[in-house]
Amino acid sequence: MRLTGADILMECLLEQDVEVIFGYPGGTILNVYDALVKYRGRIRHYLTAHEQGASHAADGYARSTGKVGVAFSTSGPGATNLTTGVATAYMDSSPVVFISCNVAENLIGKDSFQEVDSTGIMLPITKSNFQITDVNKLADTVRKAFAIARSGRPGPVFIDILKNVTAEEAEYEFIPRSEHKKTGVLQTLYERNMADFKIPSIDEEDIDKLVEMIGESEKPMLICGGGVVRARAHEEFNKFCNLVDAPTAITVMGGGGMQGRNPHTTGMIGMHGSQASNMACDNCDLLIAVGCRFSDRVALDPSTFAKQAKIVHIDIDRSEINKNVMTDHHIIGDAKEVLKMLNERLTQQEHPEWKEFVFSYPTETVYEEGGDTLTPKQVCDTIARLMPQDTIVATDVGQHQMWAIQHFHFDYPGQLITSGGFGTMGFGLGAAIGAKVGNPDKMVIHIAGDGSFRMNCNELCTEQYYGIPVITFVFDNKTLGMVRQWQNLIYKKNFSETTLTDRGPDFVKLAEAYGLRGWRVNNQKDLEAAILEAMECGKGCVIDCVLDIDEMVRPMVGGGSHITDFMKI
Amino acid sequence: MENTEVKRQTLALLVDNEPGVLSQIARLFSRKGYNIEAFAAGPTENPGMSRITIDVLADEPHTELLCNQLRKLYPIHSVKWLNAETSIYREHMLVKVRAESSERRNDIMQLANIFRAQIIDVSLQTLTIGISGDADKLNGLLNILSEFEVLEIARTGVVAIERGIATINDESKESGEFSYGKNVL
Repeated sequence: MRLTGADILMECLLEQDVEVIFGYPGGTILNVYDALVKYRGRIRHYLTAHEQGASHAADGYARSTGKVGVAFSTSGPGATNLTTGVATAYMDSSPVVFISCNVAENLIGKDSFQEVDSTGIMLPITKSNFQITDVNKLADTVRKAFAIARSGRPGPVFIDILKNVTAEEAEYEFIPRSEHKKTGVLQTLYERNMADFKIPSIDEEDIDKLVEMIGESEKPMLICGGGVVRARAHEEFNKFCNLVDAPTAITVMGGGGMQGRNPHTTGMIGMHGSQASNMACDNCDLLIAVGCRFSDRVALDPSTFAKQAKIVHIDIDRSEINKNVMTDHHIIGDAKEVLKMLNERLTQQEHPEWKEFVFSYPTETVYEEGGDTLTPKQVCDTIARLMPQDTIVATDVGQHQMWAIQHFHFDYPGQLITSGGFGTMGFGLGAAIGAKVGNPDKMVIHIAGDGSFRMNCNELCTEQYYGIPVITFVFDNKTLGMVRQWQNLIYKKNFSETTLTDRGPDFVKLAEAYGLRGWRVNNQKDLEAAILEAMECGKGCVIDCVLDIDEMVRPMVGGGSHITDFMKI
Repeated sequence: MENTEVKRQTLALLVDNEPGVLSQIARLFSRKGYNIEAFAAGPTENPGMSRITIDVLADEPHTELLCNQLRKLYPIHSVKWLNAETSIYREHMLVKVRAESSERRNDIMQLANIFRAQIIDVSLQTLTIGISGDADKLNGLLNILSEFEVLEIARTGVVAIERGIATINDESKESGEFSYGKNVL
């Protein structure tokens, strides 16, 4: 069958069972948007307010559903607007295929209108990227891109298609996804035994060794990282945690990697980790980290991190081993498979004294009850009490993000959607929209700070037009809270450019301007009423929760400090 | 424990011969904070592939990390970390020296002969010497020539190959991963 490049692209997306695309059209991608109309019944396109919103929406969709997200953009500024979203997906290993078109072949390299070297820009922030200059290679490259995005340690892939390629015709033959690895470039990649496509089978000796180490350990500790979430290994991890009977810390990216209310959880670990987590880490004799990369927010000081412990690292990506923290033992493999093998071999362990020691420290921060005003914990607790337990939470970045992760309990992968690695302010609204599109039956909320929300609140128009009922909670403390906290503690209260008092917009009026509903709440009673009404109305809503400007995220350990050196706050 | 002494490490890479591969590799080195000390690329027995030899200053654990990161790039087929004792290293160098009297020219030619270097260009002002060998030999010649006025040096960067039957193809990514090291403890 002879088709144009644009049609081939659409057919290839159908091969991958893509149902949803987030994007923004423009000059060079016009042929693709032209073809989109023909495929409207099978592929839904969501026009966002900004390409960055589209990139976060595709990311949120991918994280919440486990499928590959897709975002479209045009050349030049379209592609550069995607980059923040691409880097966000890259740092958090989220499988998204970003597709952009570039100027036609006769204009490439001539500094043409809206031309930029987009593959060059995307190089450091994608797992792989391709520029397609030959329509005959289009289908093959798209298949390869999707396979790369979802295989091994997932990640974003960027495809840049020249405009003339989308108009030219080539022979296209439908190939079901299961057959892709037997054709074209993918076949060669499989034959080459690329680690991503053919993960070496898990070494039984390594597993036995770890089982032995667990048996010998008196004070074991586990860390549940983002790899558990990506592998959807929450059930296996939960069972593993119960079998080892070990205190278990959850990283920011690990939220949902195990039952949030499992009595073994000590909460978050690291800079804003609970005292229980950080004390356990400092005192354990065996630390098993699953799918985590010991980032500087967890292993604050790598040289003294878990200094009494033998460190065991389970990860799918070999290049993570010994990258930040030197380990004593490692297992390479998919978290789900590794944990299954471990669970089969492990006998029930008991560590009552060790647990008693660890849980003598608080797992959750106690905040003073605000009298007339709201406290962050109150807001989180009220949301948790009134909303369904499986509500998906998308956050922006800052204090509200830490509060949300500290106080909510996530039970399944994709329930928490947050930019942990890249720390992208403005990520939450787009991501929440993507999550709601992917999970129409679940309640989706967006936790934002007033600073973060201001960044990409333009996506409220996407919510309104497509009727996507995301409820946004703005933790409105009239400041860039996390920066203010650092200024407060480290910069001698020199609050340079962080105070937002007297700055617009009025978030309630803003919501209304977009045709949505908004409330401003100062106390728990009003908050409860607003939540109930928001859940009822079935529209996108903004609830502006007024907080004190000096609220802090506690506890806190300074960057690079020893993990138990809690600051006096 | 592993050797943490920083020294010159040689990596041989077998890569797809396609645009952009070089920039991916170069970026990886700069991104991770390593300076490429020497770099040589050329075609192989397989027309679709190129072989790249890179010298980098690093300790052993970091070189291992670098190899693992290189192995993640899709256009890279093999990464071999060459062992100095079991590999042969060769580099070619051209040196232009000022030699304006016949006496000078004679002196330089004699020295070049001792090093088995060739005089490949001569003018009334200069001599240009070509020499192949390992780094020691090339540096040895340069040391001696420093007595004269060296006008210009061009070096190819090291190329290296293993002695005996071993080839870079033995190290497919997969076998590389298996040899990554059984667990310590």
